Amino acid sequence: MRLHFSRKILGIPYAVFLVFFVIIPMLVILFYAFTDKEMHLSFTNFIQFFSDPTKLSTIVYSLVIAFITTAVCLAIAYPVAYILARSKMKKKFVILLLFVTPMWINFVLRINAIRELLSWVGLLGEANYFNTIFGMVYDFLPFMILPLYTTMLKIDESLYEASSDLGAGGFTTFTRVTLPLSMPGVASGITMVFLPSMTNYVVSDMLGNSKVTIIGKFIYEYFGTNWHMGSMVALILLIVVFLSTWLTGGFREDETVRGANL
Amino acid sequence: MNRKAIVIKCLKAAFIGIVLLLLYAPILLLAVYSFIDTDIIGTSGGFTFDHYTDLFTNAQAMTMIGNTLGLAFASAALSTVLGTLGAIGMYYSKKRVRTTMGAVSRIPIINAEIVTALALAIMFVAFGLPKTYFTLLMGHMVICTPFVVLSVMPKLKQMDNSLYEAALDLGASPAKALFKVILPQIVPGIISGFMLAITLSLDDYIVTVYTRPSGFDTISTYVFNATIRGNAHTAQTLSSFWALTTIIFIIILIVTISANLAGRRKKEVRK
Repeated sequence: MRLHFSRKILGIPYAVFLVFFVIIPMLVILFYAFTDKEMHLSFTNFIQFFSDPTKLSTIVYSLVIAFITTAVCLAIAYPVAYILARSKMKKKFVILLLFVTPMWINFVLRINAIRELLSWVGLLGEANYFNTIFGMVYDFLPFMILPLYTTMLKIDESLYEASSDLGAGGFTTFTRVTLPLSMPGVASGITMVFLPSMTNYVVSDMLGNSKVTIIGKFIYEYFGTNWHMGSMVALILLIVVFLSTWLTGGFREDETVRGANL
Repeated sequence: MNRKAIVIKCLKAAFIGIVLLLLYAPILLLAVYSFIDTDIIGTSGGFTFDHYTDLFTNAQAMTMIGNTLGLAFASAALSTVLGTLGAIGMYYSKKRVRTTMGAVSRIPIINAEIVTALALAIMFVAFGLPKTYFTLLMGHMVICTPFVVLSVMPKLKQMDNSLYEAALDLGASPAKALFKVILPQIVPGIISGFMLAITLSLDDYIVTVYTRPSGFDTISTYVFNATIRGNAHTAQTLSSFWALTTIIFIIILIVTISANLAGRRKKEVRK
Protein backbone atom coordinates (compact mmCIF):
# COMPACT_ATOMS: atom_id res chain seq x y z
CA MET A 1 0.00 0.00 0.00
CA ARG A 2 1.32 3.40 -0.87
CA LEU A 3 0.51 6.18 1.59
CA HIS A 4 -0.79 9.30 -0.01
CA PHE A 5 1.62 12.06 0.91
CA SER A 6 0.03 15.23 2.12
CA ARG A 7 1.84 18.26 3.47
CA LYS A 8 -0.63 18.35 6.35
CA ILE A 9 0.85 15.26 7.98
CA LEU A 10 4.15 17.07 8.52
CA GLY A 11 2.43 18.92 11.35
CA ILE A 12 1.54 15.76 13.26
CA PRO A 13 4.78 15.45 15.28
CA TYR A 14 4.43 19.04 16.47
CA ALA A 15 0.75 18.50 17.32
CA VAL A 16 1.67 15.44 19.39
CA PHE A 17 4.49 17.40 21.05
CA LEU A 18 2.11 20.24 21.96
CA VAL A 19 -0.39 17.79 23.46
CA PHE A 20 2.20 16.06 25.62
CA PHE A 21 4.34 18.99 26.70
CA VAL A 22 1.97 21.95 26.67
CA ILE A 23 -1.65 20.83 27.06
CA ILE A 24 -1.21 17.90 29.46
CA PRO A 25 1.09 19.86 31.83
CA MET A 26 -1.54 22.62 32.00
CA LEU A 27 -4.23 20.05 32.78
CA VAL A 28 -2.01 18.56 35.50
CA ILE A 29 -1.71 22.01 37.07
CA LEU A 30 -5.47 22.49 36.87
CA PHE A 31 -5.99 19.11 38.55
CA TYR A 32 -3.54 19.80 41.39
CA ALA A 33 -4.87 23.30 41.97
CA PHE A 34 -8.33 22.02 42.77
CA THR A 35 -7.46 18.96 44.82
CA ASP A 36 -6.16 18.47 48.36
CA LYS A 37 -3.45 16.13 49.60
CA GLU A 38 -5.85 13.14 49.46
CA MET A 39 -6.59 14.02 45.82
CA HIS A 40 -10.17 14.97 46.62
CA LEU A 41 -11.79 17.87 44.87
CA SER A 42 -11.29 20.94 47.02
CA PHE A 43 -11.29 24.70 46.93
CA THR A 44 -9.19 25.12 50.07
CA ASN A 45 -6.08 26.15 48.07
CA PHE A 46 -8.01 28.92 46.45
CA ILE A 47 -9.54 30.18 49.72
CA GLN A 48 -6.29 29.79 51.64
CA PHE A 49 -4.41 31.78 49.03
CA PHE A 50 -6.71 34.75 49.26
CA SER A 51 -7.15 34.72 53.03
CA ASP A 52 -3.52 34.72 54.18
CA PRO A 53 -2.57 38.34 54.96
CA THR A 54 1.21 37.77 54.70
CA LYS A 55 0.72 36.27 51.25
CA LEU A 56 -1.52 39.07 50.15
CA SER A 57 0.98 41.68 51.27
CA THR A 58 3.71 39.91 49.28
CA ILE A 59 1.46 39.94 46.25
CA VAL A 60 0.88 43.65 46.69
CA TYR A 61 4.65 44.24 47.01
CA SER A 62 5.25 42.13 43.91
CA LEU A 63 2.64 44.05 41.93
CA VAL A 64 4.13 47.37 43.05
CA ILE A 65 7.62 46.24 41.98
CA ALA A 66 6.26 45.10 38.62
CA PHE A 67 4.35 48.35 38.20
CA ILE A 68 7.37 50.56 38.96
CA THR A 69 9.62 48.44 36.72
CA THR A 70 7.17 48.71 33.83
CA ALA A 71 6.71 52.47 34.33
CA VAL A 72 10.46 53.14 34.44
CA CYS A 73 11.03 50.93 31.38
CA LEU A 74 8.34 52.83 29.52
CA ALA A 75 9.73 56.20 30.59
CA ILE A 76 13.19 55.26 29.26
CA ALA A 77 12.15 53.22 26.23
CA TYR A 78 9.55 55.58 24.82
CA PRO A 79 11.93 58.50 24.17
CA VAL A 80 14.64 56.12 22.94
CA ALA A 81 12.26 54.48 20.46
CA TYR A 82 10.83 57.83 19.41
CA ILE A 83 14.23 59.44 18.82
CA LEU A 84 15.51 56.42 16.88
CA ALA A 85 12.36 55.87 14.83
CA ARG A 86 12.18 59.52 13.74
CA SER A 87 15.91 59.97 13.24
CA LYS A 88 17.00 60.41 9.65
CA MET A 89 20.34 58.84 10.39
CA LYS A 90 21.35 56.12 7.93
CA LYS A 91 22.94 53.89 10.57
CA LYS A 92 20.16 54.04 13.16
CA PHE A 93 19.76 50.29 12.93
CA VAL A 94 23.25 49.96 14.41
CA ILE A 95 22.20 52.00 17.46
CA LEU A 96 19.10 49.88 17.91
CA LEU A 97 21.37 46.84 17.73
CA LEU A 98 23.51 48.35 20.52
CA PHE A 99 20.44 48.38 22.76
CA VAL A 100 19.72 44.72 22.06
CA THR A 101 23.26 43.30 22.12
CA PRO A 102 23.60 42.98 25.94
CA MET A 103 20.52 40.76 25.84
CA TRP A 104 22.58 38.04 24.16
CA ILE A 105 24.90 37.65 27.13
CA ASN A 106 23.66 34.87 29.38
CA PHE A 107 20.90 36.22 31.60
CA VAL A 108 22.39 35.07 34.92
CA LEU A 109 25.85 36.39 33.97
CA ARG A 110 24.24 39.72 33.10
CA ILE A 111 22.52 39.93 36.48
CA ASN A 112 25.80 38.90 38.10
CA ALA A 113 27.48 41.84 36.35
CA ILE A 114 24.90 44.20 37.84
CA ARG A 115 25.44 42.56 41.21
CA GLU A 116 29.16 43.32 40.98
CA LEU A 117 28.42 46.89 39.93
CA LEU A 118 26.00 47.40 42.81
CA SER A 119 28.42 45.91 45.29
CA TRP A 120 31.15 48.20 43.94
CA VAL A 121 29.03 51.32 44.55
CA GLY A 122 28.04 49.91 47.94
CA LEU A 123 24.34 49.35 47.33
CA LEU A 124 24.27 45.53 47.43
CA GLY A 125 22.45 44.43 50.58
CA GLU A 126 21.64 48.05 51.43
CA ALA A 127 18.82 48.94 49.07
CA ASN A 128 17.19 45.63 48.21
CA TYR A 129 14.05 46.93 46.54
CA PHE A 130 15.92 49.56 44.55
CA ASN A 131 18.46 46.98 43.40
CA THR A 132 15.75 44.55 42.33
CA ILE A 133 13.93 47.18 40.30
CA PHE A 134 17.23 48.45 38.83
CA GLY A 135 18.11 44.92 37.69
CA MET A 136 14.68 44.28 36.23
CA VAL A 137 14.66 47.56 34.31
CA TYR A 138 18.15 46.77 33.02
CA ASP A 139 17.10 43.32 31.96
CA PHE A 140 13.68 43.97 30.44
CA LEU A 141 14.35 47.33 28.75
CA PRO A 142 14.96 45.82 25.27
CA PHE A 143 11.56 44.07 25.48
CA MET A 144 10.02 47.53 25.80
CA ILE A 145 12.17 49.29 23.19
CA LEU A 146 11.66 46.76 20.38
CA PRO A 147 7.84 46.78 20.08
CA LEU A 148 7.74 50.56 20.55
CA TYR A 149 10.37 51.09 17.85
CA THR A 150 8.61 48.80 15.35
CA THR A 151 5.20 50.45 15.82
CA MET A 152 6.67 53.96 15.61
CA LEU A 153 8.62 53.08 12.48
CA LYS A 154 5.35 52.08 10.83
CA ILE A 155 3.80 55.53 11.39
CA ASP A 156 3.50 57.17 7.96
CA GLU A 157 5.86 60.14 7.62
CA SER A 158 3.20 62.04 5.65
CA LEU A 159 1.01 62.14 8.78
CA TYR A 160 3.66 64.28 10.50
CA GLU A 161 3.88 66.54 7.45
CA ALA A 162 0.09 66.84 7.24
CA SER A 163 -0.06 67.68 10.93
CA SER A 164 2.49 70.46 10.65
CA ASP A 165 0.96 71.74 7.38
CA LEU A 166 -2.35 72.05 9.18
CA GLY A 167 -0.69 74.24 11.78
CA ALA A 168 -0.09 71.83 14.67
CA GLY A 169 3.02 72.45 16.76
CA GLY A 170 5.45 69.77 17.83
CA PHE A 171 3.58 69.03 21.05
CA THR A 172 0.15 68.77 19.41
CA THR A 173 1.55 66.51 16.70
CA PHE A 174 2.99 64.29 19.41
CA THR A 175 -0.26 64.00 21.41
CA ARG A 176 -2.55 63.74 18.38
CA VAL A 177 -0.45 61.61 16.01
CA THR A 178 2.48 59.80 17.65
CA LEU A 179 0.92 58.88 20.98
CA PRO A 180 -2.33 57.31 19.72
CA LEU A 181 -0.60 55.47 16.86
CA SER A 182 2.10 54.05 19.13
CA MET A 183 -0.41 52.58 21.61
CA PRO A 184 -0.23 49.00 20.21
CA GLY A 185 3.52 49.08 20.87
CA VAL A 186 2.97 50.41 24.37
CA ALA A 187 0.47 47.63 25.08
CA SER A 188 2.72 44.82 23.88
CA GLY A 189 5.74 46.35 25.64
CA ILE A 190 3.82 46.48 28.92
CA THR A 191 2.70 42.86 28.69
CA MET A 192 6.24 41.78 27.91
CA VAL A 193 7.75 43.59 30.90
CA PHE A 194 5.04 43.36 33.54
CA LEU A 195 4.77 39.57 33.63
CA PRO A 196 8.48 38.76 33.99
CA SER A 197 8.86 41.44 36.65
CA MET A 198 6.19 39.64 38.69
CA THR A 199 7.64 36.20 38.18
CA ASN A 200 11.37 36.26 37.42
CA TYR A 201 12.70 35.58 40.89
CA VAL A 202 16.29 35.15 39.69
CA VAL A 203 16.67 38.93 39.61
CA SER A 204 15.09 39.52 43.03
CA ASP A 205 17.13 36.68 44.59
CA MET A 206 20.47 37.81 43.20
CA LEU A 207 20.05 41.54 43.71
CA GLY A 208 17.55 41.77 46.56
CA ASN A 209 19.80 39.89 48.98
CA SER A 210 17.07 37.16 49.08
CA LYS A 211 14.94 39.61 51.06
CA VAL A 212 12.61 40.53 48.23
CA THR A 213 9.86 37.98 47.54
CA ILE A 214 7.86 38.17 44.34
CA ILE A 215 5.01 35.94 43.11
CA GLY A 216 7.35 33.75 41.07
CA LYS A 217 9.29 32.91 44.23
CA PHE A 218 6.08 31.62 45.85
CA ILE A 219 5.76 29.01 43.15
CA TYR A 220 9.38 28.00 43.66
CA GLU A 221 8.91 27.64 47.42
CA TYR A 222 5.66 25.70 47.07
CA PHE A 223 7.26 23.32 44.58
CA GLY A 224 9.31 21.95 47.46
CA THR A 225 6.47 21.83 50.01
CA ASN A 226 2.96 21.90 48.58
CA TRP A 227 2.29 21.16 44.90
CA HIS A 228 -1.40 21.91 45.27
CA MET A 229 -0.82 25.47 46.46
CA GLY A 230 1.97 25.92 43.90
CA SER A 231 -0.37 24.81 41.13
CA MET A 232 -3.03 27.22 42.39
CA VAL A 233 -0.61 30.18 42.23
CA ALA A 234 0.53 29.05 38.77
CA LEU A 235 -3.08 28.68 37.62
CA ILE A 236 -3.94 32.19 38.80
CA LEU A 237 -0.95 33.59 36.90
CA LEU A 238 -1.98 31.55 33.86
CA ILE A 239 -5.50 33.01 33.92
CA VAL A 240 -4.18 36.57 34.30
CA VAL A 241 -1.85 36.02 31.32
CA PHE A 242 -4.63 34.52 29.19
CA LEU A 243 -7.03 37.33 29.94
CA SER A 244 -4.49 40.06 29.19
CA THR A 245 -3.35 38.34 25.99
CA TRP A 246 -6.90 37.80 24.84
CA LEU A 247 -7.85 41.41 25.60
CA THR A 248 -4.88 42.79 23.67
CA GLY A 249 -5.53 40.43 20.75
CA GLY A 250 -2.30 38.51 21.23
CA PHE A 251 -3.82 35.22 20.12
CA ARG A 252 -4.30 36.51 16.61
CA GLU A 253 -2.30 34.70 13.99
CA ASP A 254 -0.23 37.54 12.62
CA GLU A 255 0.88 39.05 15.87
CA THR A 256 4.59 38.74 16.51
CA VAL A 257 5.62 38.89 20.10
CA ARG A 258 8.90 39.36 21.89
CA GLY A 259 10.61 40.53 18.75
CA ALA A 260 10.49 37.04 17.29
CA ASN A 261 10.98 38.43 13.81
CA LEU A 262 13.89 40.64 14.66
CA MET B 1 19.48 75.24 11.41
CA ASN B 2 18.59 77.53 14.28
CA ARG B 3 20.05 77.27 17.75
CA LYS B 4 16.98 75.60 19.29
CA ALA B 5 17.10 72.73 16.80
CA ILE B 6 20.78 72.16 17.54
CA VAL B 7 20.15 72.09 21.30
CA ILE B 8 17.31 69.58 20.86
CA LYS B 9 19.51 67.41 18.66
CA CYS B 10 22.27 67.42 21.28
CA LEU B 11 19.81 66.58 24.06
CA LYS B 12 18.49 63.63 22.06
CA ALA B 13 22.00 62.32 21.41
CA ALA B 14 22.92 62.82 25.08
CA PHE B 15 19.85 60.88 26.23
CA ILE B 16 20.60 57.94 23.94
CA GLY B 17 24.24 58.08 25.04
CA ILE B 18 23.43 58.02 28.75
CA VAL B 19 21.03 55.07 28.43
CA LEU B 20 23.62 53.14 26.40
CA LEU B 21 26.32 53.99 28.93
CA LEU B 22 24.16 52.62 31.78
CA LEU B 23 23.41 49.52 29.72
CA TYR B 24 27.08 48.78 29.11
CA ALA B 25 28.50 49.97 32.45
CA PRO B 26 28.24 46.62 34.29
CA ILE B 27 29.70 44.67 31.38
CA LEU B 28 32.58 47.09 30.79
CA LEU B 29 33.34 47.13 34.51
CA LEU B 30 33.73 43.34 34.50
CA ALA B 31 35.70 43.46 31.25
CA VAL B 32 38.23 45.86 32.77
CA TYR B 33 38.53 43.95 36.04
CA SER B 34 38.91 40.62 34.23
CA PHE B 35 42.48 41.79 33.50
CA ILE B 36 43.27 43.14 36.97
CA ASP B 37 44.90 41.05 39.64
CA THR B 38 42.23 41.28 42.37
CA ASP B 39 39.16 39.33 43.50
CA ILE B 40 37.21 42.38 44.64
CA ILE B 41 36.05 45.04 42.22
CA GLY B 42 37.22 48.48 43.30
CA THR B 43 40.58 47.38 44.68
CA SER B 44 43.66 47.86 42.59
CA GLY B 45 46.11 45.35 41.21
CA GLY B 46 48.47 44.72 38.31
CA PHE B 47 47.63 43.45 34.86
CA THR B 48 46.97 39.71 34.73
CA PHE B 49 45.43 36.86 32.74
CA ASP B 50 44.87 34.87 35.95
CA HIS B 51 41.07 35.12 35.84
CA TYR B 52 41.15 33.56 32.38
CA THR B 53 43.51 30.76 33.36
CA ASP B 54 41.38 30.16 36.49
CA LEU B 55 38.34 29.75 34.28
CA PHE B 56 39.99 27.40 31.80
CA THR B 57 41.62 25.24 34.47
CA ASN B 58 38.42 24.84 36.49
CA ALA B 59 37.13 21.42 35.38
CA GLN B 60 33.64 22.05 36.76
CA ALA B 61 33.35 25.35 34.92
CA MET B 62 34.51 23.78 31.66
CA THR B 63 31.93 20.98 32.04
CA MET B 64 29.10 23.45 32.59
CA ILE B 65 30.14 25.50 29.56
CA GLY B 66 30.21 22.32 27.46
CA ASN B 67 26.82 21.29 28.86
CA THR B 68 25.31 24.67 28.01
CA LEU B 69 26.60 24.64 24.43
CA GLY B 70 25.67 20.98 23.83
CA LEU B 71 22.17 21.48 25.19
CA ALA B 72 21.66 24.68 23.18
CA PHE B 73 22.71 23.05 19.90
CA ALA B 74 20.73 19.85 20.52
CA SER B 75 17.53 21.60 21.56
CA ALA B 76 17.84 24.25 18.82
CA ALA B 77 18.42 21.62 16.13
CA LEU B 78 15.52 19.44 17.25
CA SER B 79 13.27 22.47 17.74
CA THR B 80 14.10 23.72 14.26
CA VAL B 81 13.19 20.41 12.62
CA LEU B 82 10.02 19.97 14.68
CA GLY B 83 8.98 23.62 14.34
CA THR B 84 9.65 23.85 10.59
CA LEU B 85 7.69 20.68 9.85
CA GLY B 86 5.00 21.88 12.26
CA ALA B 87 4.73 25.25 10.52
CA ILE B 88 4.48 23.63 7.08
CA GLY B 89 1.86 21.18 8.37
CA MET B 90 -0.12 23.96 10.04
CA TYR B 91 0.05 26.18 6.97
CA TYR B 92 -1.53 23.52 4.75
CA SER B 93 -4.12 22.34 7.29
CA LYS B 94 -7.72 23.46 7.59
CA LYS B 95 -8.17 26.88 9.13
CA ARG B 96 -9.62 25.46 12.34
CA VAL B 97 -6.66 23.12 12.87
CA ARG B 98 -4.23 25.91 12.04
CA THR B 99 -5.69 28.44 14.47
CA THR B 100 -6.01 25.88 17.27
CA MET B 101 -2.41 24.72 16.89
CA GLY B 102 -1.30 28.33 16.58
CA ALA B 103 -3.03 29.29 19.82
CA VAL B 104 -1.64 26.29 21.75
CA SER B 105 1.81 26.94 20.29
CA ARG B 106 1.53 30.49 21.62
CA ILE B 107 1.00 29.34 25.24
CA PRO B 108 4.69 28.79 26.12
CA ILE B 109 5.53 32.17 24.55
CA ILE B 110 3.09 34.27 26.54
CA ASN B 111 3.23 32.21 29.71
CA ALA B 112 5.42 33.10 32.65
CA GLU B 113 8.44 30.79 32.40
CA ILE B 114 7.96 29.63 35.97
CA VAL B 115 4.44 28.37 35.14
CA THR B 116 5.71 26.40 32.13
CA ALA B 117 8.54 25.01 34.24
CA LEU B 118 6.36 24.04 37.21
CA ALA B 119 3.74 22.41 34.98
CA LEU B 120 6.38 20.29 33.23
CA ALA B 121 8.10 19.35 36.48
CA ILE B 122 4.88 18.30 38.21
CA MET B 123 3.80 16.33 35.15
CA PHE B 124 7.11 14.47 34.98
CA VAL B 125 6.96 13.57 38.66
CA ALA B 126 3.22 12.74 38.61
CA PHE B 127 3.75 10.35 35.68
CA GLY B 128 6.76 8.78 37.37
CA LEU B 129 9.30 10.04 34.84
CA PRO B 130 12.67 10.58 36.51
CA LYS B 131 14.41 13.80 35.53
CA THR B 132 16.96 12.96 32.88
CA TYR B 133 18.64 14.65 29.96
CA PHE B 134 15.49 13.79 28.02
CA THR B 135 13.21 15.82 30.30
CA LEU B 136 15.66 18.73 30.19
CA LEU B 137 15.76 18.58 26.39
CA MET B 138 11.96 18.50 26.21
CA GLY B 139 11.79 21.48 28.57
CA HIS B 140 14.08 23.51 26.34
CA MET B 141 12.20 22.42 23.23
CA VAL B 142 8.95 23.65 24.78
CA ILE B 143 10.38 27.17 25.06
CA CYS B 144 12.24 27.12 21.72
CA THR B 145 9.96 25.41 19.18
CA PRO B 146 7.08 27.94 19.26
CA PHE B 147 9.55 30.66 18.29
CA VAL B 148 10.77 28.58 15.34
CA VAL B 149 7.14 28.24 14.19
CA LEU B 150 6.71 32.00 14.57
CA SER B 151 9.79 32.68 12.41
CA VAL B 152 8.93 30.16 9.68
CA MET B 153 5.21 31.00 9.34
CA PRO B 154 5.61 34.46 7.72
CA LYS B 155 7.98 33.01 5.10
CA LEU B 156 5.38 30.39 4.18
CA LYS B 157 2.80 33.13 3.77
CA GLN B 158 5.10 35.14 1.48
CA MET B 159 5.86 32.09 -0.64
CA ASP B 160 4.58 31.76 -4.19
CA ASN B 161 2.27 28.73 -4.04
CA SER B 162 2.09 28.16 -7.78
CA LEU B 163 5.73 27.04 -7.83
CA TYR B 164 4.86 23.90 -5.83
CA GLU B 165 1.96 23.13 -8.18
CA ALA B 166 4.24 23.68 -11.16
CA ALA B 167 6.79 21.25 -9.72
CA LEU B 168 4.08 18.59 -9.32
CA ASP B 169 2.81 19.22 -12.85
CA LEU B 170 6.31 18.80 -14.16
CA GLY B 171 6.46 15.37 -12.54
CA ALA B 172 8.19 15.94 -9.20
CA SER B 173 7.01 13.76 -6.33
CA PRO B 174 5.41 15.70 -3.46
CA ALA B 175 8.38 14.90 -1.20
CA LYS B 176 10.84 16.12 -3.84
CA ALA B 177 8.79 19.26 -4.45
CA LEU B 178 8.83 19.89 -0.70
CA PHE B 179 12.61 19.69 -0.52
CA LYS B 180 13.37 21.43 -3.82
CA VAL B 181 10.66 24.08 -3.89
CA ILE B 182 9.16 24.85 -0.47
CA LEU B 183 12.20 24.48 1.78
CA PRO B 184 14.56 26.74 -0.20
CA GLN B 185 11.97 29.51 -0.07
CA ILE B 186 11.62 29.43 3.71
CA VAL B 187 15.32 29.02 4.56
CA PRO B 188 15.71 32.57 5.99
CA GLY B 189 12.86 31.88 8.43
CA ILE B 190 14.40 28.53 9.41
CA ILE B 191 17.80 30.12 10.05
CA SER B 192 16.42 32.95 12.18
CA GLY B 193 14.28 30.42 14.07
CA PHE B 194 17.37 28.32 14.77
CA MET B 195 19.37 31.34 15.98
CA LEU B 196 16.50 32.42 18.20
CA ALA B 197 16.22 28.90 19.63
CA ILE B 198 19.94 28.87 20.44
CA THR B 199 19.82 32.18 22.30
CA LEU B 200 16.68 31.15 24.21
CA SER B 201 18.28 27.90 25.30
CA LEU B 202 21.61 29.54 26.23
CA ASP B 203 19.77 32.13 28.31
CA ASP B 204 17.42 29.85 30.18
CA TYR B 205 17.57 29.40 33.92
CA ILE B 206 14.09 28.59 35.24
CA VAL B 207 13.02 25.73 32.98
CA THR B 208 16.50 24.21 33.31
CA VAL B 209 16.28 24.15 37.10
CA TYR B 210 12.93 22.35 37.07
CA THR B 211 13.69 19.73 34.43
CA ARG B 212 17.42 18.94 34.71
CA PRO B 213 18.84 15.71 36.08
CA SER B 214 20.64 16.17 39.40
CA GLY B 215 24.27 17.20 39.07
CA PHE B 216 23.77 18.69 35.61
CA ASP B 217 24.82 22.34 35.50
CA THR B 218 24.57 24.96 32.79
CA ILE B 219 26.18 28.40 32.91
CA SER B 220 22.94 29.82 34.34
CA THR B 221 22.51 27.33 37.18
CA TYR B 222 26.23 27.21 37.99
CA VAL B 223 26.63 30.97 38.24
CA PHE B 224 23.39 31.37 40.18
CA ASN B 225 24.36 28.74 42.73
CA ALA B 226 27.88 30.08 43.06
CA THR B 227 26.77 33.64 43.77
CA ILE B 228 23.60 33.04 45.81
CA ARG B 229 24.10 29.80 47.63
CA GLY B 230 27.79 30.43 48.17
CA ASN B 231 28.59 27.13 46.46
CA ALA B 232 31.72 28.68 44.99
CA HIS B 233 34.78 27.16 46.60
CA THR B 234 36.79 30.35 46.45
CA ALA B 235 36.60 33.97 45.47
CA GLN B 236 38.62 32.78 42.47
CA THR B 237 35.57 31.08 40.98
CA LEU B 238 33.51 34.25 41.32
CA SER B 239 36.15 36.42 39.67
CA SER B 240 36.58 33.89 36.86
CA PHE B 241 32.98 34.77 35.91
CA TRP B 242 34.32 38.22 34.97
CA ALA B 243 36.49 36.50 32.38
CA LEU B 244 33.57 34.36 31.18
CA THR B 245 31.32 37.43 30.79
CA THR B 246 34.04 39.23 28.85
CA ILE B 247 34.65 36.28 26.51
CA ILE B 248 30.93 35.91 25.77
CA PHE B 249 30.59 39.65 25.21
CA ILE B 250 33.49 39.68 22.75
CA ILE B 251 32.09 36.68 20.85
CA ILE B 252 28.70 38.43 20.59
CA LEU B 253 30.34 41.63 19.36
CA ILE B 254 32.26 39.74 16.68
CA VAL B 255 29.16 37.84 15.55
CA THR B 256 27.01 40.99 15.47
CA ILE B 257 29.56 43.05 13.58
CA SER B 258 30.34 40.35 11.03
CA ALA B 259 26.63 39.61 10.49
CA ASN B 260 26.14 43.33 9.91
CA LEU B 261 29.02 43.54 7.45
CA ALA B 262 27.82 40.43 5.62
CA GLY B 263 24.34 41.94 5.35
CA ARG B 264 25.75 45.14 3.90
CA ARG B 265 27.87 43.28 1.36
CA LYS B 266 24.80 41.36 0.22
CA LYS B 267 22.91 44.62 -0.29
CA GLU B 268 25.79 46.08 -2.32
CA VAL B 269 25.90 43.00 -4.54
CA ARG B 270 22.17 43.33 -5.17
CA LYS B 271 22.60 46.92 -6.26
